[in-house]
Formats: sequence, C-alpha cells, structure tokens
Amino acid sequence: MSIDFDNVQVGDKLPDWSRKTGFAEWNRYAAVNEEFVPFHMDDEAGRRAGNEQGAFGMGNLRYAYIVNALHDWIGDEGIVREVGCQYRAINQKNDVLTVVGEVTEKTVVDGENRVRLDINVVNQDGGATCPGHAVVVLP
Amino acid sequence: MSNDALTYVTEDMRAAQGKWGGQRTAPPITETDIRRWAMATYYPRQPPRIYWDPEYAATTEWGGIVAPPDFNPFAWPVERTQGGRPGPSGRRPDGKGLTGMNGGQTDTYGVPMRPGDVVTARSRLVDWWERKGRLGHTLYARTEIEWRNQNDELVRTRMSISIRY
Repeated sequence: MSIDFDNVQVGDKLPDWSRKTGFAEWNRYAAVNEEFVPFHMDDEAGRRAGNEQGAFGMGNLRYAYIVNALHDWIGDEGIVREVGCQYRAINQKNDVLTVVGEVTEKTVVDGENRVRLDINVVNQDGGATCPGHAVVVLP
Repeated sequence: MSNDALTYVTEDMRAAQGKWGGQRTAPPITETDIRRWAMATYYPRQPPRIYWDPEYAATTEWGGIVAPPDFNPFAWPVERTQGGRPGPSGRRPDGKGLTGMNGGQTDTYGVPMRPGDVVTARSRLVDWWERKGRLGHTLYARTEIEWRNQNDELVRTRMSISIRY
C-alpha cells in the first residue's frame, strides 16, 4: 500500500506506528549501532545517571522509529528527504512509543513533490518525547 | 540571567569554527549490515523487503537493496579513531569538565546507501550560543557532519546540537 502526492492533503495524519520498548528492543539496537552505554543496559547504571526507574532507551532508536513510520507510510517508491527532532523526555522500560505526525505543507521543489510533517513520538501516557519535523518525497 | 562574563566557549572552539576536519571512512556496507539494522529497528515485526530481499528489491525503482536512511555504516570500526566526531566542546572557566547531552539533530538525505558503498564523513563546528537554563549556565553547540559515498555523492548532512552544562 502506498500513497501519492495528489492524494495527500494538509492535515492528513501519519498512520500510528507503535512499539513497546525494553531490553529486547534496546539491546538489538545497541548491537547494530554499537551503542553499548551502561545506562541503556543496566538498571543500576541508569539510576546512577539520575533516572530512578533504571535503564532507559536510546534517542537514536526513537529516531529510527520515526524513519520507519515514514517509510511504512510512503512505501518503497517514496523518499525520506529530511528528519529532525529534539529529545525532550526519557524512554522508560516498557513504554509503548507511538510515532505520530500531521501533514503541514505540500510543495514542489527542484521537481520533487515534497510533503512536510510535524512529527512526535508519544508514550502511553500521552507524553510527547521527541518533537520534530520531516520532509518526504512522493511520486 | 547568568553572569555576562561567564562563558564555556574555549579558544579551541573559536579556532575550529567553520573548518572541516575529522575525516574518517567506514568499512564497505554489506547486505547483512543492512538486514540486521532493519531487523533491530523494526523488531519484533518483519522489516520491509527492500531492506533484505534482493529479488524483490531488484523490481523497485532502486534496482536493489538500499539501507534505511538512518543506517550507520560507522558502527563496529576495527580501528577506533576520533575522526568525524564533533570537535572541541567547551570547558568551565575553572577547568572542570562539562556534562553532555544530545540536544537533537536534523538530517537531510541525498542518495541512499547500498551494499558495497564506502562512506566517508567529515565534520565542522558551525556555531554556538549560551544561556541560563534549568541546568544552570548552558552551552549549545551546533556541528555539521557530512557523509559522502565513493562516488562523492552526498549521502547525508546532519546538523547536530550538543548541550553542555
């Protein structure tokens, strides 16, 4: 299932993209990104770093979730051209993170059909952890 | 307001501003690197075929497997160097080190990464600003990191903001 530029309107929502996160997800990401930081792997180290609940997740993994949510929306024929975000809140163990987004602009630049979105990654309590934006190119 | 005279900016930062440096080159990307990256970031769901199925990928407009845009070819270097990393990052006037945090990033993507590609990075300190925040006097520094492939095509430009307090 894929979309094209003419079908997308300002105000359209990105389909929700969710993952429950914990050591199974964090360890896999640590392995591929070689991101073996103690506070991502060990509760005691997490507490020493100031997070009472223990170990916490990587900002980069949330970034990957944003990229994946965009890819799953636009399909293999679309292009993720730009993604930006700020890490504002901690990803705690067993959080259910959902990538949300809304189309804010459609433009044609250098012959590319570009769609701009506001993006965030929200947790199960509705907490916005990662405000940002994205630009995708659609056929 | 913080004391106007207080700054964490160092002479090293002023000397480095705007100058490209820190060049480093990643090992060649393999299909397995891409498949494992996609499996980790899509876990526990199956990732899209474009990231692991060469027969399917050949039927797409890309003509073969491509990497997810956020794929990092610089993981697992055999020899660890400081090249391509952010430059000097500030210091307290009393010489004590600062605590660092990732303040966020904006990536702009060019051509996709593919199996066999060799990516080279370079970086430069762009600018910085300071203000008093929740964590006291805080330095924000912006670094640009550019990735190019073996054909000198632009793969990715990252504007990264580091926070030091």
